[in-house]
Amino acid sequence: MAKGNEKIVNSTMWSAGCGSHGGCGCEIYVQDGKVVRVEGDKNHPFNMGRLCPKGLAIPQYMYHPDRVTHPLKRVGERGEGKWQRITWDEALDTIEKKFKDIREKHGAESVIFCQGTGRDIGGPITFLMYAYGSPNWVQVGLAGHACYTPRLGAMFATQGHYSVLDASQFLEKRYDSPEWTPPKYIILWAQNPAAGCFDGFYGHWIVDCMKRGSKLIVIDPCHNWFTSRAEVHLQNRPGTDGAIALGMLNVIINEGIYDKEFVDKWCYGFDELKERVQEYPPEKVEKITWVPKELLIQAARLYAGNKPSAIQWGEPVDAMPAGTVVAQAINQLWAITGNIDNPGGNVIARNSHGVTTYPFSSAELTKLYGEDLVKKLNEKRIGANDYPMIKNFRGWVQPDVLIEQMETGKPYEVKAAWIQTSNIIGGQAADPRRHYNAMKKLDFVVVVDLFQNPTSMALADIFLPATTFCEKESFRSWWQPLGVTVKAVDGVDESRSDWEINLEMAKRLATNPIKYNTVRELIDDRLKDGNTNFEKLKAKGCWEYPPEGHFTRPYYRYEKGLLRGDGQPGFDTPTGKVELYSTRYEEWGLDPLPYYEEPKESPAATPELYKKYPLILTTGRRSPVFFHSEHRMIPWLRELDPDPKFEINDKTAEELGVSNGEWAYIENQRGKVKMKAKITPTAHPKVITAPHGWWLPETEGKEPNLFSTWEYNINNLTSMGNQGKSGFGGTDYRSSLCRITKIKD
Amino acid sequence: MPRNGLFIEYEYCTGCHACEVACKQEHNFSDGMCGIRVDELVTAGPDKVHVDFIPITTRFCDLCAERTAKGEQPACVKHCQAICMAYGPVTELVKAMEDKPRSLIFAPK
Repeated sequence: MAKGNEKIVNSTMWSAGCGSHGGCGCEIYVQDGKVVRVEGDKNHPFNMGRLCPKGLAIPQYMYHPDRVTHPLKRVGERGEGKWQRITWDEALDTIEKKFKDIREKHGAESVIFCQGTGRDIGGPITFLMYAYGSPNWVQVGLAGHACYTPRLGAMFATQGHYSVLDASQFLEKRYDSPEWTPPKYIILWAQNPAAGCFDGFYGHWIVDCMKRGSKLIVIDPCHNWFTSRAEVHLQNRPGTDGAIALGMLNVIINEGIYDKEFVDKWCYGFDELKERVQEYPPEKVEKITWVPKELLIQAARLYAGNKPSAIQWGEPVDAMPAGTVVAQAINQLWAITGNIDNPGGNVIARNSHGVTTYPFSSAELTKLYGEDLVKKLNEKRIGANDYPMIKNFRGWVQPDVLIEQMETGKPYEVKAAWIQTSNIIGGQAADPRRHYNAMKKLDFVVVVDLFQNPTSMALADIFLPATTFCEKESFRSWWQPLGVTVKAVDGVDESRSDWEINLEMAKRLATNPIKYNTVRELIDDRLKDGNTNFEKLKAKGCWEYPPEGHFTRPYYRYEKGLLRGDGQPGFDTPTGKVELYSTRYEEWGLDPLPYYEEPKESPAATPELYKKYPLILTTGRRSPVFFHSEHRMIPWLRELDPDPKFEINDKTAEELGVSNGEWAYIENQRGKVKMKAKITPTAHPKVITAPHGWWLPETEGKEPNLFSTWEYNINNLTSMGNQGKSGFGGTDYRSSLCRITKIKD
Repeated sequence: MPRNGLFIEYEYCTGCHACEVACKQEHNFSDGMCGIRVDELVTAGPDKVHVDFIPITTRFCDLCAERTAKGEQPACVKHCQAICMAYGPVTELVKAMEDKPRSLIFAPK
């Protein structure tokens, strides 16, 4: 609601500010050139007027006194916290000269381009990286690349396409769409959707579906709001989700309650899968997972017996030992029950109108940047030659290989880093100390961000100030709908958008001329695939769904020949079917069928270590008011979640003599951090859950303190080098061992 | 003038805190001041542990008088991610309560 002479600008949110992955429609209220308020847009089908706390705190984020709004250069030693304000010209000239020198002496591949998961970063960073000529696109320290890419890779191999739970988000009339129906059962697999909008999925759509009749089956080591409302709760040991999936496949196949018609017509390798899952009867799965077999059987029967039903899964799936195998098995569950691209099932998700902002597949990378370039760059991409799946799926560096390469300089040295949207040391990286040591040795580091953080403070030579989404133009094609971000105000002080910064840098560094003069030209060129442009979308309220019959619109596209390049019915896999026996996995030297792998550290795998560290540690517990390591400096948010807290069961805490609210150490053989105890019966007696990404922006930024990151960042207890056979998954973010000790002073 | 209030079907409140930050933004409250607060209620039953969240209005809630005077929803109601809040005359809200288990009405002013 406009007050006084406020102007309203409609836009699409996509970080920075809210931080998250969602594409909420919003109204930005502007007075005297300043954003005074951000509200939800009731006419936008994504969020329908709602907003999360992070979105609602944007004015405090934008005008925060600590926000960096001018380019800076380091004038002391790295980590000394001595900065000098410089002009954009000086900053860009310095970077241009350094990057050109490094390219000439060491090759473009010696510069890594590092992103996190905020903002619309996948677009601008790949644009700059390929213009410069480096193949090394990376989320530094993200062990096993455990964030959605493993699941995407498994779905690509299995069914040729990605699927997400159908909450009607692919249709503009949403819940009123006549062709949509809610899932009868939703399996919430290792995710708390109330805390955010993971992977482009607005978490509260699950609540919307519950109100429309969806029942819940929840797989989670702890009790939470969703388990309270679930018909079945499988309270499993962390890290054993693969065994649950195999056990459910066993029950569904052996009881003959799968969709025989779909399997006969559209699946490949059913007999091989049937044979494989015989190794996982419910009795055995119970021993592995701690889940009573009766509950496993009940969950399998309810899911298979009630069509349509759908699965919503979370990041822990990626982090499992053999994350791509666990994801494959879960994908097979929705495949053999025929819950693919059906209303209320796991609908095939494609980027709206075929437009790409953030390349999610090798095909999209090739489309944007050309087959020759991507192929050529693959030769030197770090990790690509070690892992065929890494090489043949998307364009990421394998982070566990990278850290070794940074340390050894083999097969070539990493000389510089362009870090944009990533707090490596304070949030993203496992074993942050190891990354700190390795990256400290780099010749040159650029950080593009909005606030100083442990990473920028420790490493940056040049700091470039980026903008929130309120201060920039961009476009969003992440599933549906297609949208544009409209600039409501100019960049605060001298800050510039990631697109502006990267286009300008690309012009200076490119080996082939850049065809765009302005960001708007680039956006309009990308939007051509959707037969639209920025102004048209803006005039429509910032969003649009593809027309009827479009290949990015559901349902049953495999019957209609809308999925394959050749226009034939079927799926875009080598056999044209959903591959329960994966020929792609086979080609990549992997087991074509799913199997269970025990976490490297666990009561079963390392009983001696378990005596010393008798609790299972699972990290990454999400807070609804923070996005990863962001937002700790925003007063409206911080006062709702002021301290890092681990959750511990009441009986366990009593045995240890730990009281509620007491600061204690969580420790294992890799390190220890301090957190406050939250004693709660929701915690499993054998499991400690901890949030990730904690640092204290109100404390000293310069070394050695680095905003207290060494004291509170739970990743100090995690390690690199546990990647699965595919190069993906196999981290200890979600399953390692620890003990809780009292702080004596 | 009918007396107005907030109806909260807390069965669906997920504890996301959107109402609190919407309130702070709308009124530009600082230093912890807020018109609504969400409390967590954990109760261990015989077969499972229940987690509920209860939003409670504080003495600073003015039912967004400026917004509602113009026919707009209060900021918390508009932004509630679970869509489990409603604003209106208390007499109407009581009727809505008839068939909603686990619900509350607040009439702060």
